[in-house]
Amino acid sequence: MSDFTANSDATPQEARFGDYFALLKPRVMSLVVFTAFVGLMVAPAGVPPVEAFTAILFIALGGGASGALNMWYDSDIDRVMKRTAGRPIPSGRVSGGEALSLGLWLSGISVVMLGLAANWFAAGFLAFTIFFYAVIYTMWLKRWTPQNIVIGGAAGAFPPMIGWAVATGGISIESVLMFALVFMWTPPHFWALALFMKSDYDEAKVPMLTVTHGRPHTRKMIFAYTILLAPVAIATGLTAIGGPVYMAAAVVLNVIFVKGGFDIWRRSEEQAVADDYKTEKKVFRFSLLYLFLHFGALLVQAGLGAYGLGGW
Amino acid sequence: MPITETHEIHTRRLGRNVGVALTLMSFVAIVFALTISKISNGNPMEAFDHAVRPSITEPEAQ
Repeated sequence: MSDFTANSDATPQEARFGDYFALLKPRVMSLVVFTAFVGLMVAPAGVPPVEAFTAILFIALGGGASGALNMWYDSDIDRVMKRTAGRPIPSGRVSGGEALSLGLWLSGISVVMLGLAANWFAAGFLAFTIFFYAVIYTMWLKRWTPQNIVIGGAAGAFPPMIGWAVATGGISIESVLMFALVFMWTPPHFWALALFMKSDYDEAKVPMLTVTHGRPHTRKMIFAYTILLAPVAIATGLTAIGGPVYMAAAVVLNVIFVKGGFDIWRRSEEQAVADDYKTEKKVFRFSLLYLFLHFGALLVQAGLGAYGLGGW
Repeated sequence: MPITETHEIHTRRLGRNVGVALTLMSFVAIVFALTISKISNGNPMEAFDHAVRPSITEPEAQ
């Protein structure tokens, strides 16, 4: 009987293991893993390798769980937009209920396991991050305000703070600055993408800055955020986790990024269309490198510290 | 149906089942490794369990 029931569910598009994995947004998870890892490694307190590995793994799983909850709630939007129509829920391979259940279970497991592997402050922080992304961003801000990317970016900025909390059990100026770095970086990164990716957010009724305030305004805001981001990046270099290597990297990267923001601001839409958004694409690609190299430089700085060469 | 007989669903869902099995085995391995690491680093092996445990009671100041 049970075989018959199971068999009757058979469709040519039955979910594979990979479809459930795709619900966890593996690409977003890679950013979470990297920044959380750096946050943990640059912290003044050491963590045994197995505990560090477990903590990073469950921070990543918590990020994945919030991704699954996001895909469950946003499946109506995903169905409308071409870019996301092939995702597991809109394509019919995974049901909404399955995604919700996976998201909730993985949230619980990741928080409890992080508490057991590290400490309950870090676990609480992870729970708050999942709540922030799934409820504050996905359910509330995303469909309500064109500032969705700005405030929602906080969810992606928490992992280095969680990594730091795993090692130290608390918050400090260094971890707040690492948060601020990712937080201020998110808007110019995402809006540069929004300028050349003609997405159908309008049809999905998602208020994106390019649609609600126009593309010239978006260009101005990208430039403004690159200017606001620079002091955050430099200030990080003046704290205990900074040093000459990080500072040199931060100065060079921020000069290039501010110049990129300026170039985007100065361009008209006609110029951008004429060269197929060359500058916007270049700045977007650079923004990925920007974040990777900042956190990479922090890691190098911490590594040099072990040989008496790091810090101020 | 004897357990040895392979139903069509077993073949169809092989990938999913292997994936779940590997995930669960990895989870067990992680919990085991974490336990060994915690104990090796001097973490307590006993905790509060609704009963008096003299071994984990802080000695009173003299």
